[in-house]
Amino acid sequence: MTKIGKVAIVGVAQTKYEKDKIDQTYSELVFEVVKKLHNDLGITNDDVGCVITSSNDFNDGRTIANMAIQDAVGSVRKAESRVSGDGAFAFMYGAMRILSESYDTVMVVSHCKCSEVNQYLVNNTIFDPYYQRHLGLDQISSAGLMANMYMNKYGVTEEQAAKVVVKNRKNALNNPYAHLREEITIKDVLNSKMMAYPLKELDFPPFSDGAVAMLLAKEDVAKKMTETPVWFKGYGNCTDAYYLGNRNMTDLIGLELAAKEAYRMAGINKPNKNLDVCEVSENFSVHELMIYEALGLCDKGEGGKFIESGETEMNGSIPVNPSGGVLSSNPTMANGLIRVAEIALQLQGKADKRQISNAKTGLAYGMNGICSQGNCVLIFGGE
Amino acid sequence: MTKHDVAVVGIGQTKFRSKRRDVNIPEMIYEAVKMALDDAQLEPKEIDAIIIGNMDHFEGINFSELLCGIEAAPGYLKPVVKVATGGTTGSSLAICGYHNVASGIYDNVLVVGWEKLNEGGATTGIITAFDPVWERPSLAGALGPLALMAGMYSAKYGITAEQAAKVTVKNRSNAANNPFAHLQMPNITIDYVMSSQMIAYPLRLHDCCPQSEGACALIYANEQETKKITDNPAWFHAVETAHYYTFGTDDKMFDLPTATIASKKAYKKAGIKNPIKDLDVAEIYEPTSWSELSWTEGLGFCKPGEGGKLLDEGITQMSGELPVNPSGGVLSTNPIGATALVRVAEAAIQIMGRGEKRQVPDVEKALAMGFGGSLWTEIMILGKNPLR
Repeated sequence: MTKIGKVAIVGVAQTKYEKDKIDQTYSELVFEVVKKLHNDLGITNDDVGCVITSSNDFNDGRTIANMAIQDAVGSVRKAESRVSGDGAFAFMYGAMRILSESYDTVMVVSHCKCSEVNQYLVNNTIFDPYYQRHLGLDQISSAGLMANMYMNKYGVTEEQAAKVVVKNRKNALNNPYAHLREEITIKDVLNSKMMAYPLKELDFPPFSDGAVAMLLAKEDVAKKMTETPVWFKGYGNCTDAYYLGNRNMTDLIGLELAAKEAYRMAGINKPNKNLDVCEVSENFSVHELMIYEALGLCDKGEGGKFIESGETEMNGSIPVNPSGGVLSSNPTMANGLIRVAEIALQLQGKADKRQISNAKTGLAYGMNGICSQGNCVLIFGGE
Repeated sequence: MTKHDVAVVGIGQTKFRSKRRDVNIPEMIYEAVKMALDDAQLEPKEIDAIIIGNMDHFEGINFSELLCGIEAAPGYLKPVVKVATGGTTGSSLAICGYHNVASGIYDNVLVVGWEKLNEGGATTGIITAFDPVWERPSLAGALGPLALMAGMYSAKYGITAEQAAKVTVKNRSNAANNPFAHLQMPNITIDYVMSSQMIAYPLRLHDCCPQSEGACALIYANEQETKKITDNPAWFHAVETAHYYTFGTDDKMFDLPTATIASKKAYKKAGIKNPIKDLDVAEIYEPTSWSELSWTEGLGFCKPGEGGKLLDEGITQMSGELPVNPSGGVLSTNPIGATALVRVAEAAIQIMGRGEKRQVPDVEKALAMGFGGSLWTEIMILGKNPLR
């Protein structure tokens, strides 16, 4: 790969994430964040070069789901394209449009209204229609399989997993956008309803409605638009096998390779030293432990001990998910772009009560599919 | 300067048919992928990234890129991204691939569009694209709005059903020269088109595109890699997109304004002043016979209202000054997620001089067009040499 140019995030906007935003259609949700972004940056639609959106037709119950938000994103007579899937991938497509010198600014938008569809059915349709779908596989049952194999192999306990939930929910208290904002205990997690052994109800995230938008700009434009541009530094994308049976279920190989690629591009050789903050898409408690290992924050099999060490807490050496993560807010398709937005706020020093002091380098992780099949790792640096 | 020039260096497409019962989805896609890899003489491991797409609801598979990117294309432990935008899916994939390489992020990419419509239903899928409260009961699906457009267009400019039928005859006759084309009707006549079943006034059966199964795969590379792969690539000169309002009632249902907006920008980038003279061939996305006449106006090949005249004068025929759809176009072949990518593939084939019986002589510059969504247009201009 050759040397690449500079792209910055100049501003981000989020809705509050809630269980059921019944008073807003999803184009109204999108309009809310787009308008907020315009107002925050003092720009108009004419300042936006083009738009990249991320959504999923199954979640929206609409074919060409981006068709319904043309007016909301202001892409009338303008270019818009849609990455079908997680918002982190859409961020990267937006960045590429600046790096290819095609546009000076790109707005990236992602939305999801989990309240409008049955998420178990939506996730069941990811699986092979002939051999696997009727087995009832979805995000819950596959997570159970993965967690069980991982915990069994490395001797990770249910208490250690519950600690992830307790940490993230506690962090969410500091995030005004978060959906679930109440402190819970390890006991609450362990005593919650069994969903897919060994994972209980509180090991899983809620289903949320919400949207997120951000504006990207090339170097000189970014410097004019904000005093705190957040620079794109590294990107890695790697896809694991499709069939769960073909995967190594105890290690997130795809994520590991994506992270290596992103670290290489960003010049990071000791992630737990070089990174100041991480925002990751943890789709269940144990998942976050596996993500620590794949990102190289700790050694393989050490995820359980690493959460116990407290290093990933707000005051630890490498805080993970100061926002409260997916376990606190889960508008599925938007999760990756929310991670990017939260890292941008951290590096701008605008994260208010959830701010990590002196955050200079941050990592955002978004994923597609089930149990980290499609992985997108992004590294950012502040001024 | 970090920007890279991008070229098409490998092309694969399946033979398009109404039903491919002999293969499953990944097997069908693999036919096109294998052909593209062989064409570029690349091993699967040499591919940097995969951009793949179709429309989720047509086959009922969520995150289809995870199945197809791994089982049909060499995506295991590689970057795989899905782009899907309805009818423009193929051109959106093509444009996404362009930015992946032009940005310097990847040296090469494999771009794949596909559809296997008999596994689900296209019309069932398309209807859900429209607003469930305001639009779905009155104006939804593909043919309803297209019939309305054709009716308004013919009323405004006096275009006749005979002129529209002539488009079908031209394109299906061209398709007889294209071994990949779905509908092979070499002896089709204007009378045959005009006496076919009325579908939605003024559209008759043979004014409409078919529904096809198949896949198309392209490999792009930057300037350094292209040199290693082939001495006969097709270079991207411009890629442009124009979108429009969400609701049909807000849209101008004739003249396709997005075609004018996107093509004007693309012509400027590619240094095209007079498209009829400066372009040598165009592969456009005409879902109906009437649309081709209207789209040729929107693309600036003639003045508004003169699409019929342009055809009557023979300018868009194989032997004309600017042949339109030598491949047979969408009226002959329509595997939705691949349709607009086939336009890019055919434009590249013409530039490389590999069109065999459908080859237009001495092609230096070619236009490919995607159409879809709520009257969106995407334009790609390719040339024999890099623009810079």
